[in-house]
Amino acid sequence: MTDQAYNFAYLDEQTKRMIRRAILKGIAVPGYQVPFASREMPMPYGWGTGGVQVTAACLVPEDRLKVIDQGADDTTNAVSIRRFFQRTAGVATTEATTEATVIQTRHRIPETPLKAGQILVYQVPIPEPLRFLEPRETETRKMHELEEYGLMHVKLYEDIARHGQIATSYAYPVKVEGRYVMDPSPIPKFDNPKLSGNPAIQLFGAGREQRIYALPPWTEVVSLDFDDHPFETSKAPHDCDLCGAQDSYLDEVITDDQGGRMFVCSDTDFCAGRRAKGHAGRLGAGQKSSKTFANSFEGIWPGTEGAR
Amino acid sequence: MSAATPSAAQSEAQSEAPSEARSEARSEALSGGFADAPVQSARAFREVLEAMARPGTIRKVAGARPPAPLSVAAGVALLVLCDPTTRLHLAGAADCPPVRDWVAFHIGAPLAPAETADFALGRWEALQPVTRFRIGQPDYPDRSATLIVECDRLVNHGPALTGPGIETATWLNLPETAAFRANRALFPLGFDCLFTAGDRIAGLPRSTRVENI
Repeated sequence: MTDQAYNFAYLDEQTKRMIRRAILKGIAVPGYQVPFASREMPMPYGWGTGGVQVTAACLVPEDRLKVIDQGADDTTNAVSIRRFFQRTAGVATTEATTEATVIQTRHRIPETPLKAGQILVYQVPIPEPLRFLEPRETETRKMHELEEYGLMHVKLYEDIARHGQIATSYAYPVKVEGRYVMDPSPIPKFDNPKLSGNPAIQLFGAGREQRIYALPPWTEVVSLDFDDHPFETSKAPHDCDLCGAQDSYLDEVITDDQGGRMFVCSDTDFCAGRRAKGHAGRLGAGQKSSKTFANSFEGIWPGTEGAR
Repeated sequence: MSAATPSAAQSEAQSEAPSEARSEARSEALSGGFADAPVQSARAFREVLEAMARPGTIRKVAGARPPAPLSVAAGVALLVLCDPTTRLHLAGAADCPPVRDWVAFHIGAPLAPAETADFALGRWEALQPVTRFRIGQPDYPDRSATLIVECDRLVNHGPALTGPGIETATWLNLPETAAFRANRALFPLGFDCLFTAGDRIAGLPRSTRVENI
């Protein structure tokens, strides 16, 4: 049910050509933020206007689109973007990472390893990793030009001086192919190792900030660190309460006002897939989706059968 | 574009009359674009994206029928990437009236000398010296030229390619290596290349390291 009033994938052809040229230059200079003439989209800034424009420029009718928001397929943002492209591009959609050809994501990389032929599109709020250290665009541009990233190392050092460790836990800065320091968007640093040597094409779109950048497949991406304080991933020290996974990134969900809580996979497709295969965690079986469970009345209300 | 097809057939039938020669040339310029631009350009861009993101892989594109001597793939690349906001340089045999007319009608890109062009099209020999093309500025390396290089054929045999987009190494029959090594040495500045032959297309961004083997 494509809406015939709109061009294929919503954007006009002139706009898509402009975005496509920016994507190709981004691919040619991995990690460099290419300015582009971001359009107003029928959603507010901060809801993924950059990612949506990149996705619109890449989609073909044969694509199978997956959209995730913090790992979940069934949250408002993910559902509305998926329906947007269902209506304007007529593409098929899926929640399965393995079936998707284009995956638009907000703040997570799927747990299931990606493969060649897939495109991962990130929604980026602030693309400039140096922005909170240096507010002037003219200066940060000069710093990228001169490869002058001392300020970022000072910031990480001050983390260590204050907290005894690098306290940055998301949007952890990375260096791409030994040249550009890049903001991997606010993904947890747990996901940083998946950026490097990934067989899929990774594209980053920042709508309000009007920047597109990219990582071609198999690009070397190194998280910044020090010899005596090496980069470490982090996650909640628990197993998933629904599927029992020990190696996935977890959300903490408060289940009552008595201190009750549970940890569930942030990647709903990964969690559901494991439970379909018979894996079960502490709170076990019978729920369709971790987020559905967490948001359901039964899940929150103590003492009913659903809470167990 | 479908409107242009009957007139093309008509002028073909009357091609014996010399006074019709000009209108035949014109109808050639009017045909050969995408019939369904949004979908065809989307499919073609995905192939170009895969080609550029995985240097050395040879992809197949379709949808354009540009006038000789342009290949299908070169025509597709122009239709997908160029428009009135991009300066185009036609080099050598590609710089002929039928191609100029076709570009003017379907793309509308202003023709420009090599030094100021965003895109350049021609055979590798015609594009020489490639050092005259824009390589971007240190603070804006994206403001660089993209060369669409017409080749006789594309095969995965020849100089070795390594770098972003390539798992270990791959090979492509590049016209030479010295120019691409010099271009890589400018990184993050430099021009990017698309190689076209028939309906095949391959990419070589500035980030790729090229070695003779």
